[in-house]
Amino acid sequence: MTMTLPERPAAALPPVPARRRARRTPLTWLRGGGLTNLLFVLPMLFVFFFFSWSPIVQSVIMSLQKTNLIVSEWVGLDNYVTVLTDPELGRAVVNTLYFAVLALLLGFPLPLLMAVLMSEVKRGKGLYSALAYLPVVIPPVVAVLLWKFFYDASPNGVFNTVLGWVGIPPQPWLSSAAQAMPSLVLEATWAAAGGSIIIYLAALLSVPPELYDAAEVDGAGIWRKFWHVTLPQLRGILFIMLILQVIATAQVFLEPFLFTGGGPAGATKTVLLYIYDKAFRNSLGGDYGEATAVSVLLAIVLAVLSWLYFRLTNRWSTS
Amino acid sequence: MKVDDLAERSIVSASERRRPGTRIGMRVVHVFLFVTLVVAGLGPILWLMKAAITPSQDTITTPFALWPNGVDWANLSTAWNDIHIDQFFFNTIVIALGAWFTQLLVATTAGYALSVLRPRYAPILNGLVLATLFIPGIVLLVPLYLTIVRPPLLEVSLLNNYLAVWLPMAANAFNILLVKRFFDSLPREVFEAAKTDGAGAFRLFWSIVLPMSKPILGVVSVFAIIAAWKDYLWPKLVLPDPAVQPLSVRLPDVASQTELDVFLAALAIATLIPIAMFLLFQSVFLRSAGLGGAVKG
Repeated sequence: MTMTLPERPAAALPPVPARRRARRTPLTWLRGGGLTNLLFVLPMLFVFFFFSWSPIVQSVIMSLQKTNLIVSEWVGLDNYVTVLTDPELGRAVVNTLYFAVLALLLGFPLPLLMAVLMSEVKRGKGLYSALAYLPVVIPPVVAVLLWKFFYDASPNGVFNTVLGWVGIPPQPWLSSAAQAMPSLVLEATWAAAGGSIIIYLAALLSVPPELYDAAEVDGAGIWRKFWHVTLPQLRGILFIMLILQVIATAQVFLEPFLFTGGGPAGATKTVLLYIYDKAFRNSLGGDYGEATAVSVLLAIVLAVLSWLYFRLTNRWSTS
Repeated sequence: MKVDDLAERSIVSASERRRPGTRIGMRVVHVFLFVTLVVAGLGPILWLMKAAITPSQDTITTPFALWPNGVDWANLSTAWNDIHIDQFFFNTIVIALGAWFTQLLVATTAGYALSVLRPRYAPILNGLVLATLFIPGIVLLVPLYLTIVRPPLLEVSLLNNYLAVWLPMAANAFNILLVKRFFDSLPREVFEAAKTDGAGAFRLFWSIVLPMSKPILGVVSVFAIIAAWKDYLWPKLVLPDPAVQPLSVRLPDVASQTELDVFLAALAIATLIPIAMFLLFQSVFLRSAGLGGAVKG
C-alpha cells in the first residue's frame, strides 16, 4: 500500500473557477457544499479530538506536572528524573526485554517452520490452517485463565501430569521466579502463533515458482531451495513481523497481569504493569504525572518502531 | 477461492516428491503437523470441554481421566445462572455491537470525506489522523482514563457508560486508512454519473459508495468486533461496576470465589461462541487475519 494518493482524472475535482477561488465568502463555502463536507468530517473530528489528539497533548503536559486532579503544578522534568532513577522501572524494562527476547526466540521461528511445512502438504491444508488458528479465536482472558490452571505446580497439575508421562519431575511453573517468565511466553506464543502462520502461508504463495524451477536447474536440493529462495523472498514480511512482534511485546500486559500480577518477587513486572501500578493500583488516586512520564518514554520508543514498520510496509507493498 | 488452487508448486518439486526418501519425509511431516496441530490447537479446547462437565475433585486429582466419577452436567447451568454468564455475555455483545457501529460510522464518513468530498482541509486532517498511527493507544491510557472520568463539556463522568468503550475505539486511524484507500480505488466515473443524475453528497454516500464497499466494510467489521470482544484492560478501567462488565473483565474476578468445575464451565461457555463464529465464518476470519497481520500496527 502506498501513502501517496493515486493519480485521479481531473474531472473528479469539483470545477472551481479561478475567479471564485480568489474570494471565498461564507456564501460560496456554503454553496460549494462546505456544510455537507463538515457534516461528514464531524464524527471523525469529534472522536479524534477527544479520544486521540487531546489525550496525546495531555499526556505530554501531565508528564511535566504533579497533579491530584484538582490542582496541578508544573514540576519540569521532575517526573522523568524520578522514574528514570527508579530501580523498579529499570527492573521492569529488563523484564520486558527478557519477555521480548524469549518471545522472539520461541515465537518467531516456530510459526515460520509450521507455515513452511503446511505449505508443502497437498491435502488437509484447510483443516491445518483452521486448527492452527483455533487458539487465536479463544478470548485472550479465557486462554490465560485456562493456562493458569494448566500451570498448576502440584504433581497432579495438567502440564506436570504430561511431564510425568515422560518421566520429568513436576515443575513449579508460575510460582518460581525463574520459570514464571518463560511460562508466560509459552502461553503468549501458543495464543499468537496461528495468526503468524496464516500470514506466512499467504506470503509463501507469493514466492514466484520460477525461482524454484531455476534453482532446481542449478541442482539445488530441498534445503538449499528453502535457504536460498524461500527465506530471501520472505525477508520483507519476516522483518515486518519482527517489528510488529517487538511493538506488541513492549506493551505486554495481559499475561503478567492475570498470570502472576507481576510476581513472584517482581520477576514478571513489565513496563506496562509498572505504568498501571503507578496510575491505578492506589484507589485514592494514582501518581498520574510519573505514570504518564513513563508512557511518553515508551511512546517515543514505540513510535520510532512504528515509523520503521510503516516505511517498510510501504516499500514492501509498492515494490 | 481455495488456497490449494493458488499454489502451483512449493519448495519440494513434483519429481522430488516421487523419490522414496522424500516420500517418507513428507509422510513424517504430515504426521508431525497433524499431531502438533491437534494437540496444540484442539487439545486445550477439548480438555476444557471435558473439564466443564467433570466434578472439581476429578479435574484436580486426575486431570486427564475421562469422567471417573460420572458427568456433572449441572456445572453448565450453575455457571450460566449463578455466575450470570448470560448477563455478562449480553454486556459483551452490547459492547461489541456498539463498537462495531461507532467504528463503522466514523471510518466510512471520514473515508468518504477524505477520499471523495475532499474539502480543502482534507490533507491536514489526513495527516493528523495518520500521525496517530504512530502512537500506540495503550500509551494514552492515563490521559484517556482521566478524559472519561471528567469528560470535557459534560458534567457527568462517563464511568460505567458504554460510550466510554465505544467512542475511544472509534478513534481508530487504521480503519480510516483502510476505508479511505478502498474508496480511492472506486471508479470516479460512477460518482460523476450519479452527480449528473442529481444525486447529492448524502445520496452518493448511501446509495453508491457504501454498496460498492461491502468487502472493506466486512473486514473493518470483523476487526471491530474481535477487538471489542478481546479487550480487557480498557473496559476494566472504565466499567468498574460488575453489572455492566463484559465477560472478559468479569471472568478473572469471579475466579477466586467460584468452584473450580463451575468456573471451568464458565470458561468453556465463553470459548464456545467465538469458536462457533469462527467455524461459521472461517474464510472471512482467515482472510482478515492475513490482511490484519500484514498491515495492522
